[in-house]
Amino acid sequence: MTLHRSHVLVCSGSNCALHSSSFVKDRLTLEISQAGLGDEIRVLETGCFGLCAQGPIMVVYPEGIHYCKVGLEDIGEIVQEHLLKGRIVNRLLFKGTSDKNWMTKDDFDFYRKQERVVLRNAGVIDPENIEESLVRGGYAAFGKALSEMTPSQVIQEITDSGLQGRGGAGFPTGRKWQFTQEAAGDKKYVVCNADEGEPGTSKDRLILEGDPHTIIEGMLIAGYAIGATQGFVYIRGEYLLSIERLQKAINQAREFGLLGKGILGSDFEFDLEIRSGAGAYVCGEETALLNSIEGKRGEPRFKPPYPAVRGLWQKPTLINNVETLANIGPIIQNGSDWFRQIGTPECPGTKVFTLSGNICNSGLIEVPMGMTLREIIYDIGGGIPDGHQFKMAQTGGTSGGCISADLLDVPMDIPSLAKAGTALGSGALLVVDDRHCVVDLAKTFLRFFAHESCGQCTPCREGTTVLLRLMNKLASGKGDAQDITNLQRLSTTMQQASLCGLGQTAPLPILSALTFFADEFHAHLEGQGCPAGVCG
Amino acid sequence: MKSLDELKAIRERAQQALKMRESGDGVVVQVAMGTCGIAAGARGVMMALLDELVLRKRSDVFVTQTGCAGLCEKEPIVTVKVPGKSDVVYGGVTDQKARDIVGSHIINGQIVSDYVLNIKEA
Repeated sequence: MTLHRSHVLVCSGSNCALHSSSFVKDRLTLEISQAGLGDEIRVLETGCFGLCAQGPIMVVYPEGIHYCKVGLEDIGEIVQEHLLKGRIVNRLLFKGTSDKNWMTKDDFDFYRKQERVVLRNAGVIDPENIEESLVRGGYAAFGKALSEMTPSQVIQEITDSGLQGRGGAGFPTGRKWQFTQEAAGDKKYVVCNADEGEPGTSKDRLILEGDPHTIIEGMLIAGYAIGATQGFVYIRGEYLLSIERLQKAINQAREFGLLGKGILGSDFEFDLEIRSGAGAYVCGEETALLNSIEGKRGEPRFKPPYPAVRGLWQKPTLINNVETLANIGPIIQNGSDWFRQIGTPECPGTKVFTLSGNICNSGLIEVPMGMTLREIIYDIGGGIPDGHQFKMAQTGGTSGGCISADLLDVPMDIPSLAKAGTALGSGALLVVDDRHCVVDLAKTFLRFFAHESCGQCTPCREGTTVLLRLMNKLASGKGDAQDITNLQRLSTTMQQASLCGLGQTAPLPILSALTFFADEFHAHLEGQGCPAGVCG
Repeated sequence: MKSLDELKAIRERAQQALKMRESGDGVVVQVAMGTCGIAAGARGVMMALLDELVLRKRSDVFVTQTGCAGLCEKEPIVTVKVPGKSDVVYGGVTDQKARDIVGSHIINGQIVSDYVLNIKEA
């Protein structure tokens, strides 16, 4: 074994990759070897640290120093000063909200309030090395399930934990597993939904990039519990790094005998394949996703029958989101009582959010369920930049609701947000300051839905188009009160009559914006123009 | 094909490499790496420390560098910091002395008094 005196972790998550982190890593490796330090210092790529606005991020161990916005021109100084002489390069440290430079994770307000269960390995391990995953407890929960628990005990543990699906709908995971286990069928399937299409959401991508083995482990446990021998991971086609990393992880798991026949010397058999999507938002809807895996057009099916009864090729199929599956290992390993200590009694566990928009620390965070929106935006997110005021937040992605400053103290969990008239959804959190117009935003959301509606059912196909036309009219100042009434009536029709979640949730951002920002809508039709000065 | 026991063995073997990334209170060995230290052979000392730690399978000990403390004529200088105990500063360290420090101070808890420059009370 060679022991390195220092490990340098360079974030290779997609958000840092946009800041050219791979060039940074290559230059660093080159300069370290030119300085003759190649044998003592190990450079590796890791998953997302979460502070994406400050990328590329680099962490030097054993000190744990976080360097931010590292450019190619900074590498020489880091190697010569820090790695050779042990002097920290102060100018590359993150300037926190206080005057003090933030050096290690413990200094960062950004991390202090977070609780990392799903993201426990992101930014810590090399995701392309199964051994590092094993050291951090990877596959231990699966080993425990396989050797010490019956399938029904596994399902009972998941049910007791109170875990709810993290893909948006929030259905109790244990019950879904139980339905699929009880369904009659000679063959059953486990499907991981990684077709993350919600604008402003990239959590599943970053989980897969940072810790692909945790998804394989979650699917193995699910397969054991419901009696499936085959799994599919349906990943968005644009998520090239997720696909590459997961494929490597699947190959390693096969080499280690964790996938295939006779797993770990038992008679359990399970294997995984990746299917990639082609960019349709509707394919994130579970039955459209199943059609797409089968090679058919990605259109939703009628429900019932639900996939648990008749799913992939008409066989009982369990579909879980990436983040849901990432919770399975820790629950089996630590027990449902442990999981219930996190979050709220009605909604246990953590939630991963993607912070974006007008917020200082945009990026990826994981917090206990029930933390207030105010804490997330101001304590973790660092508040609104450039002295502007908070205007609204959209929770749950484009299909989620818009809430105003009155609701800043709403607890961010599934039941509380539903009560507030919005949704926790997939975990996108778009923060908007006072420079933006709600009507203009609503128009943008509708343009997205009109484009993404698959066209199969009339309420959604026609409804999204008509809603967009009405919003365009309102934004241009030519609308009247009747248009707003029509907007509301059509929204209700779509919510009740659309075939799938796309058409059912498309009106939510409009209706919630109408509830919280009625004045702003009315200003647009009374000929006063746009209060924010955005609509032309 | 691996069994559960084999997975456990791999886990234990690979554990050493990852210790560094956990925030623990392990022993820290600081090597002064200013220009003076490097000129006096601090890099060789550091490599000897690392090599000896590998031989003795002590991945929980972190070797870091620091700058010049002003005592350039006593370089290479090595400081051993054991949590809860006084920091011990060694001067004029050679490759062999470095190995002695690992063996007797870090492993057996006996300060190598012949090489000590200073002991900073905890």
